[in-house]
Amino acid sequence: MDIKYGVAATFNSAKDIYDAAGKVREEGFKNWECYTPIPVHGLDAQMGVGRSKVPCFTLAGGITGFFTGTLLVWFMNYYDYPLIVGGKPYFSMIYPFPVFYELTILFAAFGTLFGMFFLNRLPQHNHPIFEHPSFGRTGDDKYMIVIEIEDPKFDDEETPEFLKTVGGKSITMIRESIE
Amino acid sequence: MSSKVTDQADVISPELMKKVNPAKWEEVPLVLNKRNFHWVTEKICGIVEQKTPTWWWWCFITAMGIASFTGLGLVYLVSTGVGVWGNSNPVNWGWAIVNFVFWIGIGHAGTLISAILCLLKQKWRTSINRASEAMTVFAVMCAGIFPLFHVGRVWFAWWLFPLPNANAIWPQFRSPLEWDVFAVSTYFTVSILFWYMGMIPDLAVLRDRAKETWRKYFYGVLAMGWRNANNHWRNFEMAYLLLAGLSTPLVLSVHTIVSFDFAVANLPGWHTTIFPPYFVAGAIFSGFGMVLTLLLPLRAIFRLHDLITEKHIDNMCKIILATGSMVGYAYSMEFFIAWYGANSYEGFAFINRAFGNYWWAYWIMVSCNVICPQLFWFKSIKNNIPLVWIISIFVNVGMWFERFVIANTTLSRDFLPSSWGYYSPTVVDIFTFFGTFGFFSILFLLFLRFLPLMPMAEVKSVMPAADPHGGKH
Repeated sequence: MDIKYGVAATFNSAKDIYDAAGKVREEGFKNWECYTPIPVHGLDAQMGVGRSKVPCFTLAGGITGFFTGTLLVWFMNYYDYPLIVGGKPYFSMIYPFPVFYELTILFAAFGTLFGMFFLNRLPQHNHPIFEHPSFGRTGDDKYMIVIEIEDPKFDDEETPEFLKTVGGKSITMIRESIE
Repeated sequence: MSSKVTDQADVISPELMKKVNPAKWEEVPLVLNKRNFHWVTEKICGIVEQKTPTWWWWCFITAMGIASFTGLGLVYLVSTGVGVWGNSNPVNWGWAIVNFVFWIGIGHAGTLISAILCLLKQKWRTSINRASEAMTVFAVMCAGIFPLFHVGRVWFAWWLFPLPNANAIWPQFRSPLEWDVFAVSTYFTVSILFWYMGMIPDLAVLRDRAKETWRKYFYGVLAMGWRNANNHWRNFEMAYLLLAGLSTPLVLSVHTIVSFDFAVANLPGWHTTIFPPYFVAGAIFSGFGMVLTLLLPLRAIFRLHDLITEKHIDNMCKIILATGSMVGYAYSMEFFIAWYGANSYEGFAFINRAFGNYWWAYWIMVSCNVICPQLFWFKSIKNNIPLVWIISIFVNVGMWFERFVIANTTLSRDFLPSSWGYYSPTVVDIFTFFGTFGFFSILFLLFLRFLPLMPMAEVKSVMPAADPHGGKH
């Protein structure tokens, strides 16, 4: 059995999808997405989406890393097994600073990567969009707008027509097979 | 949002333009011959999708042969003891530290290209950054071999990490060598993360083009289900920018901390504050040398002349010229401070460096690092690709000798003349180092065969067709 996922329209240039995305947003659609071979400059604003939340994960990672480093050195060289080395104090914020610094960066980098994965809901190896016969071209040189049937304004007849009026080519209904 | 874009020429009146008569600025495109997106995809994917070329097999077999020298050297070292290397009193570091710093330094250009040039919005970086990042990762792997085996009993190398061991003693963090463990392992990890994350969209392209089952699985798993969706790109671009921002202080800190290995010791010739910036400049210098050594043959083999243009090579030559001059400045400044500081040991260390027992190494270093890059002032030399390639090899040789000079001249002339010595490598040292070039080549050849050589989406982004305003921006 098949269920419908959404209707797709392809575009040939960054300019075409940029203009079309503005019109789709003005029409009031909510559940839709642009598929592009490159990050199109300014498309976020055209689609009406805000800034990415990845920096929050980076910051959280960085803070965790810094305190992990501090705790590590304090526990090992001050609390658990103090040793006098080179007449230096058991613990200080100065001498082990390179360790804090590196762990801040390490954890922040992990926060960034996993934050990106989390926000993009990756890994997700299966998605209805992959059923589109020429989905592969969106990684090459084609651009695509997909409006999902979940959208409150979606209409079986009107939405494909609307995509045609904004310049979309080869309008296709994407179906997901359910076993 | 209005997409009305005005050109400068539309605003300024034509009479005024005639009077001012501005010079014509010709923007050289980053991708030549008006190639389109599809051409880029075919070109880059074609490299991994084509039948394995014969030259690849020959190179791979040769690289395996060379790498076996490292294998032999290490097996002999582990089974016999670290004494099979030439290290002995007073030169206890020898080639191990020289090779470690050499390989780590090479890695730095990759991070400079991927991170610092990204923050500086240098668009020409796009076609060379993937290969350079790969070079970084592989160079750090080669670097890691030396300290790992220099610890003597390599099976205890994990004591370097903050893990509980049978003696209940923790690593002690007052030592720059311990800082180095953190700096280098963080550098390696973050370089891999950055390299891999940048590759995800390209792996998805390869996945969607894959015909064979193993390719579908291989690229499918690595691509994580990437969908080219704008939402994905939005988070990806932000993450990429942040990783660039994190890698920049990281790369500067790594060679700074490597230089602390020397600078924190109270030895003449090492105990100087100029070491961190001088080491970082030297690292970038040697790394760009290696980038040119690797990319110029690739450009010829895969016919990438439209992607790695003369402008790219010209820019890299300029960076080599700039960092080479910084290194030359640091060499002279060291001498000045040794004289100005009026410390007799420091003064001796530097006179000894240039005219003492390792004078030959010092002058090889100066000719390769200070004189050679100055040739890049001339356009005719920068445009002569074979000559650029030869100079890039001289840069690599010179930077290896720089580390040799720094480490050995100081150690071989101790404070007491009774403790003086002369260090020579043994055949095991030479085998182990020689083999790392094979090990590096194996990894690089595998990278060429299985992973996208250039970030396709980024290359496409700097082409005119990527502009949503139709070129009127």
